[in-house]
Amino acid sequence: MASEPLVRLTGVTMRFAGGRAPALDGIEAEILGGRITGLAGPDGAGKTTLIRLMTGLVQPSAGRVEVLGHPADGSLTPIHRSIGYMPQRFGLYEDLTVSENLELYADLRGLLEPERGRSFDRLLAFTDLARFRRRLAGNLSGGMKQKLGLACALLKTPRLLLLDEPGVGVDPISRRELWRMVGDLTGQGIGVVWSTAYLEEAERCDTVLVLDQGRLVYGGAPEGLTRRAAGRTYHLTGLGDRRSALARQLDRPEVVDGVIQGSAVRLVMREGAAAPETTEAGMVIEPVPPRFEDAYVDMLGGGPGGRSALAEGFRAIDGDGTVIEAEGLTKRYGDFTAAGEISFAIRRGEIFGLLGPNGAGKSTTFKMLCGLTRPTAGTARVAGLDLARDGPRARARIGYMAQKFSLYRDLTVAQNLAFFAGVYGLSGKRRRSQTERMVEIFDFGPHLKVAAKDLPLGFKQRLALACAVMHEPEALFLDEPTSGVDPITRREFWTHINGLVRRGVTILVTTHFMDEAEYCDRVALIYRGREIATGTPDDLKTRARSAETPDPTLEEAFIGLIEASDAERQAA
Amino acid sequence: MGRILALVIKELLALLRDPKGRMVLIGPPILQLFVFSYAATLEVSNVRIGVLDRDDGLWSAELLQRLDASDTFAEIVPVDGVQAIDRLIDQRQVIAVLHLGPAFSRDLMAGTDATVQLLLDGRRSNAAQIVEGYVRRLLSDLNRDARARAGLPAIPEDPLVVRHWFNPTLEYQWFTVPSLLAMLTMLMGLIVTSLSVARERELGTFDQLLVSPLTPAQILAGKSLPPLLVGLFHGTVFLLAAIFFFGVPFTGSLALLYGSLVVYLAAVIGIGLFISSLSATQQQAILGSFLFAAPAVLLSGFATPVENMPEWLQTATLINPLRHFLVIVKGLFLKDMPLETVAASALPLALIAIVTLGTAAWLFRRRMG
Amino acid sequence: MRRFLALTRKEALQVGRDPSSILIAFVLPLILLFLFGYGVSLDATSIRVGLVLPSSEDADDLAAALTASDGIVVVTARDRRQLTGALVAGDIRGIVVIPENFRAGDPIQVLTDGSEPNTARFVENYVRGIVQGWNASTPGRPSPPGIVIEARYWFNPGLESRHFLVPGSIALVMALIGTLLTALVVSREWERGTMEAMLATPVSPVELLLGKFVPYLLLGLGSMAICTMLAVWLFGVPLRGSILALVAISAAFLVPALGQGLIISALSKNQFVASQLALLSGFLPATLLSGFIFEIDSMPEVIQWITFVVPARYLIPSLQTVFLAGDIWPLFLGDIAAMLAIGAVFMGLAANATRKRLA
Repeated sequence: MASEPLVRLTGVTMRFAGGRAPALDGIEAEILGGRITGLAGPDGAGKTTLIRLMTGLVQPSAGRVEVLGHPADGSLTPIHRSIGYMPQRFGLYEDLTVSENLELYADLRGLLEPERGRSFDRLLAFTDLARFRRRLAGNLSGGMKQKLGLACALLKTPRLLLLDEPGVGVDPISRRELWRMVGDLTGQGIGVVWSTAYLEEAERCDTVLVLDQGRLVYGGAPEGLTRRAAGRTYHLTGLGDRRSALARQLDRPEVVDGVIQGSAVRLVMREGAAAPETTEAGMVIEPVPPRFEDAYVDMLGGGPGGRSALAEGFRAIDGDGTVIEAEGLTKRYGDFTAAGEISFAIRRGEIFGLLGPNGAGKSTTFKMLCGLTRPTAGTARVAGLDLARDGPRARARIGYMAQKFSLYRDLTVAQNLAFFAGVYGLSGKRRRSQTERMVEIFDFGPHLKVAAKDLPLGFKQRLALACAVMHEPEALFLDEPTSGVDPITRREFWTHINGLVRRGVTILVTTHFMDEAEYCDRVALIYRGREIATGTPDDLKTRARSAETPDPTLEEAFIGLIEASDAERQAA
Repeated sequence: MGRILALVIKELLALLRDPKGRMVLIGPPILQLFVFSYAATLEVSNVRIGVLDRDDGLWSAELLQRLDASDTFAEIVPVDGVQAIDRLIDQRQVIAVLHLGPAFSRDLMAGTDATVQLLLDGRRSNAAQIVEGYVRRLLSDLNRDARARAGLPAIPEDPLVVRHWFNPTLEYQWFTVPSLLAMLTMLMGLIVTSLSVARERELGTFDQLLVSPLTPAQILAGKSLPPLLVGLFHGTVFLLAAIFFFGVPFTGSLALLYGSLVVYLAAVIGIGLFISSLSATQQQAILGSFLFAAPAVLLSGFATPVENMPEWLQTATLINPLRHFLVIVKGLFLKDMPLETVAASALPLALIAIVTLGTAAWLFRRRMG
Repeated sequence: MRRFLALTRKEALQVGRDPSSILIAFVLPLILLFLFGYGVSLDATSIRVGLVLPSSEDADDLAAALTASDGIVVVTARDRRQLTGALVAGDIRGIVVIPENFRAGDPIQVLTDGSEPNTARFVENYVRGIVQGWNASTPGRPSPPGIVIEARYWFNPGLESRHFLVPGSIALVMALIGTLLTALVVSREWERGTMEAMLATPVSPVELLLGKFVPYLLLGLGSMAICTMLAVWLFGVPLRGSILALVAISAAFLVPALGQGLIISALSKNQFVASQLALLSGFLPATLLSGFIFEIDSMPEVIQWITFVVPARYLIPSLQTVFLAGDIWPLFLGDIAAMLAIGAVFMGLAANATRKRLA
């Protein structure tokens, strides 16, 4: 059974009118039943196109797509009867309720009683949506939408389930539930395709197909790739300043890759290189098992160095004390408290993370702190200035980078830079020199006349950062800053942030992804509008330690703390 | 100031950088100006009229000839009998049927009253009334000529000496083209303004502006100036087209026109900003603009005089900027309208501008810290 | 059938819950109907006309005749100069100048505001009618023989413009629902990915198309029914034809209108472009190039050619006929055939554009 592939891709190439490079280039792959096949790669790598080819909705420019034994270019009905497809944004009708969405898809799939009723009960129990039957899909949280989307795709148990980026905008708890649900399905012999931009997700799949710019760069079990980094990965602990330690390590030729994990630095050494040496007193080096991402970055030739030209030219911000301060921040919408009594103080040169499930109040808190939402009660201060009373002056001290890099898409790189320089009041010589510096640091030279929307993803990320820091702010607000980008770009980004922090810039960041959270000095976990835990990533891990998870990851800690909070509330 | 300038430059670039954006700003308005100028006419020409001629005499033949020669009628459809009249009018093959009795020519020559029937299609009552007026004039000329030919005493001249001021030959385009200048600048200004905020909100860049050190007043100014420039550009293009292409005389003061255009645009932009501060998406902004623009155009005095509306609706139109500017623009084109008369219409415009811009500023501030 | 019903039900639920659908399907129609019912009127009833009145008995008598008429409102002054400013300002639409020492039969000067040709012509004709009538009624001046014209307006003897404007506005309402609403709704489905999710189920494209078509057809007809009731009961427009004819004409129009909406949605990147295209290619031609207010025959030939592909051009005559005249099937059938033919072409193009969009 399992030996017969559900999907067979032979030399599949896809070109779009106007596109210079093919979106997909000679893809050869098979999708098997009973396992999860991860489709990994950054935004624009061709993941969505490949999934759409498997639905038969589009035809390849060259090559052959065979789904469930049928060529995907003739009558699609036999294919469509046996596949479940969840497009990006879940394909739900937001104006319909949970039940109405299910009813609709059941009718479309010809699901009749008595199977229908059973199927509804099973899926509502499975997705834990029974309580929300009458709620409009548009009013569900990201995680619940995703579960509903999955339920709709599963109504008539398919043989092949195609999920396009189901993990985007979904918090760790929902993501874990989704994995559990999908795991159940593969147990029944269903083949699942799961696309993702995050390698930590890809690592959990049974098989991965890694795409990069339309080419298949790796296909096989993730362990197959991970193995290549075996014996080359280390944790450095007991460091004085882990950020400078990382920067130093990354500049060494024998280090391929390095990231911060809580108080530790994780290094991947070049093939054949010796283990890292102790360079400072108290430093402890211990080998750790490799991760998929380590091997992937190694395969691409390694991450960027540890120097940040951006930070080197940045003004030094001296002094201690609090830069960003939340004091009893509360936001109420009618009876609903989106955020209640949030208080914390972020010291100069600290990276502070806001974590929490969707709809828990994390974004509301973030927005109050940068002045986008006016708090119902409490005060938000930046550099001692109250955002509610002294808005423009306070805002001049901050830089802001939104999710999906909200640049002016139709404006060129040069025009975007000129605009942000103007808005932040840079003029004359300073404006010219800052613009030139940004162009030089980020290598914008050849792209100056390119519209922001046409830039490669990595450059978009750079431009967004450049626009946010040109005026050399004291504090930087980052809202899911690296969602959807490739690991190399993410490393480059964090190298700059680490460098800026060492110059005294203070960072507030929200994220759903734990490897970003690991860069933080401290994180606050927001749940149901309350701050349920604040501390260093290692603190949180320690707090969540239990018999079952003696050494929890940050994600496990996150989930554990939230479950503990739930239990406490129920007990009360 | 530098900050506002940066905003203005950015807005203009966003509008003009991409060729498609430039096209949208230039193509449709020009196209609309031309199509509307030629299509939006209440004059009647080239219609078909049926004639049931029972007379078959000299004067009925003369009448047919004169009908045929006129521009109003494209075709004279001969009608065989009374039954055929129904079918022709019912099926809209003709707009009217002229029924001449057997004694038509005889009565005319005899100098007695000749009776004719004119049956008109009331479904198109407006055009039909114009046709009636035209047929009346034609017949009264015919009567005069017939009496002269028969040597009967001439009937008194038309007791009216009519002079059409400002537009002696009643050129319809002298009316439509200046009105379109006012109407199209409003439509474009409204769309450009209301979309600029909604687009930024959709793309997330509006938050980017809100977290910058710009004050609400600066953002408002940065959002208002570009549509003002665009509006002045459209106004100028339409003005040039009106004078040089359509040959509409411009008798008034250019300075007054531009001065009042600025006030008018300020009122329009205020409304656009008001709409955009209420709408979350571009689609809502478009629908909101439409919801305002459709009544504004219909109740402006362009399609029909404001005096024809019920009293309460006339009062309601006072908040319609187009209504006031139409008076100014027609006045400056055709009537050499003096300053105090222009000011009397510009004052309400200024009031509308102050109220809408003020409200928009308040709504903006409410969203910000 | 089951799938089709499910799609229809979904569509109905969505329209009821989406504010912009409600706006287009229910609020805009009422606004338009009221505007055309109350606001737009081609019947002059209170045009203000200035009167320069010297002191003479005959002049006073003529002034009384002018003042007594319903069509104009007379503003009297002793001197012309008092009125010319008002004419420039647009406060009055014309000036009747009765000369000094006026006696019946003497010429009278009429000055009109030529900046509004239509009103100017109305003032001229209206004043002429009154003066001629007054002259004829003056003792000692027998009316000269002439041609007596018995003009009769069929279908609308009272010449109320509302009678043809209100049926015309129903056509606009259906154009809005057919084109704007469908374009928005379907482009939203593309934007949100639900269209793709639908296409990946066993639903056939025909079912999907019908699932869009039938609900909006019904919505358009429902809106037409509400407008008709308002037209008849509130605005007193007669409905002389049969309901059957009304429904048949409206349904035939909705085929090309919906087709146009589907083409637009498949061609547009997003709802914003869709709404712009729908207004530009649907609403404006339906207002301007349909013969609704402006006579198609009087337009330049090039523009007349364009009107042949404007479906509203065929709807408006039939709609005005079914309201004011009655069932004239030869006219209806011709128009219905034209609309269905355009509809077939549009639907074909829509199917084609949808296929292309996927690739």
